[in-house]
Amino acid sequence: MSNQDTILDIHHLSKAFGTNVVLKDIDFSVHQGDVTCIIGASGSGKSTLLRCLNLLETPTSGEVLYHGEDITGSKVNAASYRSHVGMVFQSFNLFNNMNVLKNCMVGQTKVLKKSEEDARKSALFFLEKVGMAPYINAKPRQLSGGQKQRVAIARALAMEPEVLLFDEPTSALDPQMVGEVLEVMRTLAHEGLTMIIVTHEMAFARDVSSHVVFMADGVIAEEGQPSQIFETPQNPQTKDFLSRFMRG
Amino acid sequence: MPDTFGGRIVFLLQKSGWSFVRGAGISLILALIGTLIGCIIGFAVGIVQTIPIAKKDHPVKKILLHILKFILNAYVEIFRGTPMMAQAMLIFYGSTALFNIHMSTFFAAVFIVSINTGAYMAETVRGGILSIDTGQTEGAKAIGMTHFQTMLNVILPQALRNIMPQIGNNLIINIKDTCVLSIIGTVELFYAAKGTAGSYYTYFESFTIAMVIYFIMTFTCSRILRHFEGKLDGPDNFDLATTDTLAHTSGMSKYPDKKGGSDNE
Ligand SMILES: Nc1ncnc2c1ncn2[C@@H]1O[C@H](COP(=O)(O)OP(=O)(O)O)[C@@H](O)[C@H]1O
Ligand SMILES: [Mg+2]
Repeated sequence: MSNQDTILDIHHLSKAFGTNVVLKDIDFSVHQGDVTCIIGASGSGKSTLLRCLNLLETPTSGEVLYHGEDITGSKVNAASYRSHVGMVFQSFNLFNNMNVLKNCMVGQTKVLKKSEEDARKSALFFLEKVGMAPYINAKPRQLSGGQKQRVAIARALAMEPEVLLFDEPTSALDPQMVGEVLEVMRTLAHEGLTMIIVTHEMAFARDVSSHVVFMADGVIAEEGQPSQIFETPQNPQTKDFLSRFMRG
Repeated sequence: MPDTFGGRIVFLLQKSGWSFVRGAGISLILALIGTLIGCIIGFAVGIVQTIPIAKKDHPVKKILLHILKFILNAYVEIFRGTPMMAQAMLIFYGSTALFNIHMSTFFAAVFIVSINTGAYMAETVRGGILSIDTGQTEGAKAIGMTHFQTMLNVILPQALRNIMPQIGNNLIINIKDTCVLSIIGTVELFYAAKGTAGSYYTYFESFTIAMVIYFIMTFTCSRILRHFEGKLDGPDNFDLATTDTLAHTSGMSKYPDKKGGSDNE
């Protein structure tokens, strides 16, 4: 089933915290260049799904195939897998003890074993891309939320990942900063970066994504092209969820 | 012997000034070395105690880690839970009686202070590590860092900064508490004061001098450490690099620090 350019293939993925079943039998795949937006109500399991994809959570059952290889087994080197699958968090998670430049270099030198010089060049390249190059000397505490998130994106990009996961990257931001972060993500989408994005920004999901997944109560209730999901949703839950967002 | 208080102080300083200075020096050196080694022990123990044991780890690794953590816990509990004075007696005389090891009093003193401070610091370091937001660990994991890379590059530098006040506390406690080591014959400040007091029968005056010296030492140390803490925080401003200064570092403009800035706005 998996064709040449399938990066991630998720089969029957389930996750329970104790007796609380949060994800049930999730199936979907991500191909090279896909921009997949995951939407759904709070508590529907979007973050947990994303965290399972880069092994911040261990799935209870099912498999996550990365280029055909199951990464949930005990033989897999989680750290090395994660260096190919980046993640951008709602709360930024920049390293507070490092300045902007070091934040974007440390993974390259310690994980990818690049030289200081190469790491610096590539960090500057990606900081330039997100418009944060002038701030290389700033510590995270000296930046606004939108600036922090742009640095976090540059830090993830500097690892040159195959897929980048975003967990509500703009939810912790003041309204006027949301735009600057979405703008960066829009550019990345146009450049063909493969992304999986959990978001409540419906206009962004509709315009930028190539595939939309709607989650409700731990299952994928509906998925498809953005035009189909947003214009002719089939599932009553999808309709209900979208009507609350679109009317506002 | 002069008959005013001030006169007797001057007299004692003339007669035994050197012995006070030497005693104070020994107290300070013991405290500094003991705190330093204690911190090293504390970091080592704290780091091991916070190694996560995952379900899918190899069984042998899991068992070894459990045993190691158990031993380290026992060490921490025993040395925190018993008086240093009693430990000093037990270790100094016990090592001779049981193993026929003759430690010098200085070596024994350093050993006891270090191992004691280590037990306290282990808990401090563990707390310092646990107090760092899990987001920092997840940020590091997400770019592929291993547990030890995360510890070394992200968590420990922040934990060290946060526990600096505790390290200072330990140093000050050690400057004072090394006085219990006079029981095994360590000639530190308390021992020197007691000697002088005994030979001239001037308890009040001798211990006044000792108290003043203790206070000067602790106060100076606490100020110096405060200064270091400020240094560790780095400058309050950062330089905004303009496009042409990305290559050469010059011509920067200052941006003010956002005071009280937390991670989440
Ligand atoms: N570490 C955890 N332990 C227990 N329950 C959790 C944990 N993380 C998430 N959950 C539960 O899983 C459900 C889905 O959470 P989450 O994936 O964060 O949803 P979403 O991101 O869609 O808002 C929630 O009911 C939440 O309480
Ligand atoms: Mg969430």
